[in-house]
Amino acid sequence: MTQYQEKASITRVERLSTQTLRLTMRSPLIAGAARPGQFIMIRPSERHDPLLGRPFSIHQATGSGTLQIYFNVVGRGTAILASARVDDELDLLGPLGRGYQLVKDAPACLIGGGLGIAPLLFLAKERSRGGHHAADDRIILGGRSRADVEPLVEDYAQFGLSLHCITEDGTFGEKGLATDLLITHPLSTDTVIYGCGPQPMLAALHGICVKSGNPCQVSVESVMACGMGACLGCTVMGHDDNYVHVCVDGPVFDARDLQWQL
Amino acid sequence: MAALAGDTGGADLRVDIGSLMLANPVLTASGTFGYAREFENLINLHRLGGIIVKGISLHPRQGNPPPRIAETACGMLNAIGLQNVGVERFVSEKIPYLRGLNVPVIVNILGDSVEQYGQIAANLAGVEGISALEVNISCPNVAHGGVSFGADTKMAAAVTRAVKAAADVPVMVKLSPNVTDIAAIAVAVQEAGADSISLINTLIGMAIDVDRKKPVLANMFGGLSGPAIKPVALRMVYQVARAVTIPVIGIGGISTTEDALEFMLAGAAAVQVGTANFVNPRGAEQIVDGLGEYVTREKLTSIRDIIGALEC
Repeated sequence: MTQYQEKASITRVERLSTQTLRLTMRSPLIAGAARPGQFIMIRPSERHDPLLGRPFSIHQATGSGTLQIYFNVVGRGTAILASARVDDELDLLGPLGRGYQLVKDAPACLIGGGLGIAPLLFLAKERSRGGHHAADDRIILGGRSRADVEPLVEDYAQFGLSLHCITEDGTFGEKGLATDLLITHPLSTDTVIYGCGPQPMLAALHGICVKSGNPCQVSVESVMACGMGACLGCTVMGHDDNYVHVCVDGPVFDARDLQWQL
Repeated sequence: MAALAGDTGGADLRVDIGSLMLANPVLTASGTFGYAREFENLINLHRLGGIIVKGISLHPRQGNPPPRIAETACGMLNAIGLQNVGVERFVSEKIPYLRGLNVPVIVNILGDSVEQYGQIAANLAGVEGISALEVNISCPNVAHGGVSFGADTKMAAAVTRAVKAAADVPVMVKLSPNVTDIAAIAVAVQEAGADSISLINTLIGMAIDVDRKKPVLANMFGGLSGPAIKPVALRMVYQVARAVTIPVIGIGGISTTEDALEFMLAGAAAVQVGTANFVNPRGAEQIVDGLGEYVTREKLTSIRDIIGALEC
């Protein structure tokens, strides 16, 4: 796996809701090598403060060299990125980590909650490449409220997978949690589930899959300093009581390989 | 085009750390550069003065529970807990790759007891591809209530002697800054036979999550690194370089050529780039370039001309 440190120029800044933004960058080396589920590190500043790069899942990457991230303003790093303008340059490192392992011959269910819907766009595109998706492939987009889901619906709808939306307050789509839709609309047992979202959602997803027997791959989050296996800061506990590192062993794991607090 | 081995634009960047000869004074600090392979796509490894690998203990260590890191102003705290593969797997799995790099490899070692330090040095003796050992004496001494070996002149000297007795390569002792008189520790390890001294390790710090009213790190305390600690490191390097006759290697928040030059003026014969590797993987190589340009621009005979050249 080749990684690159690349200066990316911003080509588009979209404010999709009061909290969420999407940045489009020109980053040919990283975009060309990226796989769905991988991530990049972005330095919000070339100065010493804030010091560290921030990990972002790859929302979309194209062969023509375009890379997108989709994020919320949650702290100083994302606040700086939110003030970026077209033609600004960012220092990127990527593509990093292990992405989703698409199982071609099995139906797919992509399920995202909150910002966890970000990497599923890239995965949906990969899944639909050449029209090779199963008729019962599904995407579930969940969020707290309308603003978390609605702005991205068109992007996800273009790939022809069956799209289901759900919000906790019921302001868009059905009312409830993303994982509720797996209970109310059960999947065939051979469906592979590809999840991304907050830890409680992924824990619930794992619980459902343990019962149903569906294979489940999840993308998890962690604080990181380097993103490439050097700092050993992004530890999570593996199922065998050995620590694994989100940056190099993940961020996508077979859910059974991790320990979950249900 | 790939840079040639040791390419420094014609400038003489060679430095000697005792009997250890380096093509340039830029090393990568232990714990910030993995086992080097992690960086092979991002930096020309052969252009580094040397590589100091992640600290090795006698037995594999799992490290601390998460969260292990926290960003702070101009720096970061870490409480990794010395996670490593242990000396046996290090020799079988990591050394073959490192040996092929044609760059001096310095192995950082750590232990819970004086005996363990000696044992690791003995296990590494005779292993081809190791140019020197760096001894992390910031670890707690389990037999003495967990006080850091590096906080006491006698314990620091005892560890140094144990490693020197077993090692067949030069021994660099890495000092802890969490002491009252770092020069006294430096003198003690020099008298115990150390071939060189590197400093500083991280400063012990803490961060608190106000919303949760809890420490950010699961370990509560962590080691502060990054540009935030550079002034402290520089002062300590200056003090130690004046107190000992063996070579001193400067560490602490170095991320630019100018940072490296400051440490060399203060008396460091070489420098280690640490936390900067996380932020800018190319940083260490950029400093090699920068030092070459500096030597050429200032019309120096050699980078050695600036070691300890501070005018006071």
